[in-house]
Amino acid sequence: MAKFTDDTKRRLDALIARYPTSKAALLPALWVAQEVYGGWLPPEAMQEVADHLGVPASDVAGVATFYTMYNKRPVANHRIEICQNVACMVNGADELIGYCERKLGIHAGEMTSDGGFSVERVECLGACCHAPALMVGSTYYENATEQTIDKLIAELASMPSESVRPPQSQMPEQGEF
Amino acid sequence: MPVEQTQLLYRHRNVPGINRLDTYVAHGGYEQFRKAITMEPDAIIEEVKVSGLRGRGGAGFPTHIKWNAFPKNRDVEHYFIVNADEGEPGTAKDRDLMNALPHLLVEGCLCSMVAVRAAKCYIYIRGEYVEPWKSVQKAINEAYAAGFLGKNVLGSGLDFDIYTHLGAGAYECGEESALMSSLMGERGMPRLKPPAAPLPMISGVWKRPSVVNNVETAATIPAILELGGAKYSEIGVGSPRSRGTKLFSISGHVNKPGIYEIVLGTPFSEVLEIAGGVRDGHQLKTYIPGGSSMGFAPPTPMDYPFDYEGIPQNTQTLGLGSGGLMIFDETTDVFKVTHRLVDFYHHESCGKCTPCREGLDWLSKIYARIASGAGREQDIDLIWDICDSIRGKSFCALGEGAIWPVMTSLRLFRHEYLSYIHHGRNTYSDAGQLGA
Repeated sequence: MAKFTDDTKRRLDALIARYPTSKAALLPALWVAQEVYGGWLPPEAMQEVADHLGVPASDVAGVATFYTMYNKRPVANHRIEICQNVACMVNGADELIGYCERKLGIHAGEMTSDGGFSVERVECLGACCHAPALMVGSTYYENATEQTIDKLIAELASMPSESVRPPQSQMPEQGEF
Repeated sequence: MPVEQTQLLYRHRNVPGINRLDTYVAHGGYEQFRKAITMEPDAIIEEVKVSGLRGRGGAGFPTHIKWNAFPKNRDVEHYFIVNADEGEPGTAKDRDLMNALPHLLVEGCLCSMVAVRAAKCYIYIRGEYVEPWKSVQKAINEAYAAGFLGKNVLGSGLDFDIYTHLGAGAYECGEESALMSSLMGERGMPRLKPPAAPLPMISGVWKRPSVVNNVETAATIPAILELGGAKYSEIGVGSPRSRGTKLFSISGHVNKPGIYEIVLGTPFSEVLEIAGGVRDGHQLKTYIPGGSSMGFAPPTPMDYPFDYEGIPQNTQTLGLGSGGLMIFDETTDVFKVTHRLVDFYHHESCGKCTPCREGLDWLSKIYARIASGAGREQDIDLIWDICDSIRGKSFCALGEGAIWPVMTSLRLFRHEYLSYIHHGRNTYSDAGQLGA
């Protein structure tokens, strides 16, 4: 069932207006779709994007599957994404990931049975000077410790999902063009 | 006498509220744009040429050469594109710049747009960088409200628009031609480059003249216009071809990791001191000078000019790169660090060309085998052989960048590989320490 409302379509049209071709709006449009569809992109979401932008559904699927931040499966409410790259690694990222796995009783890449949390290993977050770093939703936590993880999990457990608020919805209003 | 560290970009880095337009303007902000808009575009390019500015993203290509290749008219739309897809492991400077000094980037873009006769600019920001993205977008909105962006800006008759474009998690999109593919709504794969294809300055995004410059490159333009190219070119204490200052993100085993603006050519030992030196009680084992693709450098020599020319001449690494300096002390398991990097490049390979796609897949498997204790001595030759099959043969620089940490770590730390092969563990790093 189609989920794009008139408001969604208005947002997409505003994005399309920023580029010479409607296809160029594909990446931002997928961000919007991922938000509307609760944090991931089922085939219907890709189809709706394809229909609105007037590009082949195969192109949309090709793009959606190329980029790691477009989720092709349902995701946990709160995704704890810990940087595993070298600057974080030599500052204890593996130990932090291990702690998080034990605390939640899952392996990296899995989500808890209630869908509340997942732990994911991610690549360089560009927070090398404040390692180890992790990201939940779109918020960075730098110089992270086991206490950071404890506090995060305790606070987030009762909070609504971060992953259904991906970046595009937080976009400040663009100026007049 | 330590080198005097002139601050240009980070002069006002710590002024409270410098991310707001009013504070930025109170500190001389947008003065250089006011000047630029009255200048002939070619006069700006000439200043940049005299300054000796080289691209701050990693390749160090002279900025004026790119800009001079643009058509000298406005018959078709020109595009100025900013590469804010900072993903090179060890590099965190653009994020800091966009968070702290978004108006410096906007002003830099505006000056650059005048020079290349562009009315439109896209800032391609990596998907993880939501905070920097919000910061830059807010600055853009303020600049529209203040009349620095929009129609007939400052009565010049010229229009300027800047848009932000958020990526979605692909290291490869930091490659210039892949970034342009991604901006056009395609998979982030690289394209054929000159001389086999036209220059992007002739036919880039949407087949129109385009240029891609790094965040820091664009943000340096106001300083060049303020000082004048000649004066800017006097900054720098090393090679005559490495001029000005550069942002370095210094990470790993140092006492004061952080982003520092450093005069090019400052001796490596002083650069290390600026970051507080190797963490107390430890010694330098190796370091990566400018983002992981540059490879590992030996701990000596230390007193050489840290710039575009000094690093490759003294360390056998690729060079200055993006300025992501990672320091590793004696507790570091270099084999393990390299293994991590191989897996990173394997994950990020876009899959377009065979040497990179297949080569990195095999490298990743071989590293996993050695790490598991099942490695064989021949595996070392096999790694060399695969590196040779990627080197100079991959479609873009990703493959080349992937094998430099491999080759340099093998050259310097072959004994650690052999330790894993013979003993199933690394006897050269302290297993009890972090990073071991």
